[in-house]
Amino acid sequence: MKGYPDAPRCGFSALAVKVLQQYGVPISARDILSDLKLKETVKAYSNWPTFPQIFIKGEFVGGSDIILSMHQKGELKELLGDIAQKGEENGSS
Amino acid sequence: MGVTKEDVEAAITSALSPSHLVVTDTSGGCGASYEIEVVSEKFEGKRLLERHRLVNTALAPHMAEIHAVSIKKALTPAQAQPQPEPAADKPQA
Repeated sequence: MKGYPDAPRCGFSALAVKVLQQYGVPISARDILSDLKLKETVKAYSNWPTFPQIFIKGEFVGGSDIILSMHQKGELKELLGDIAQKGEENGSS
Repeated sequence: MGVTKEDVEAAITSALSPSHLVVTDTSGGCGASYEIEVVSEKFEGKRLLERHRLVNTALAPHMAEIHAVSIKKALTPAQAQPQPEPAADKPQA
């Protein structure tokens, strides 16, 4: 992502963090703005041109548009499954 | 000045032959940020991630100059028109 969960440096990264925080899942974030090599490596690895990039249980899921859409359709809850700590309506921010 | 709305439309049109396409310049005029809604038969049978990949691939030549792309909708023609065709799958009385 751009920045860190408590200090995102891009609206799309902020959105992705906000969505994931609804589920109380542990988020391990890396700031690609401060590491150009990491940025290029991740882009090549996932074959995805933009950030944030969200990986769940090691699998690339998509960017912020996808994570938001999956959240709205209930698919994210399903995918997170047992690692989700709380219901999506119980987010405290 | 980087990429125009027309460039984005042309790239997606030639790659995806969309039946519906709305490209909105959300950059305030500098051409670096776009929102996209696209309906295409080429999305048939593809997950959201794969649909976004098709759009990303279409825009790849321009991505260096575009700061942000938000794919708001990537639907198949059937999803864009949820009502089934009159004669499609139920017999008419």
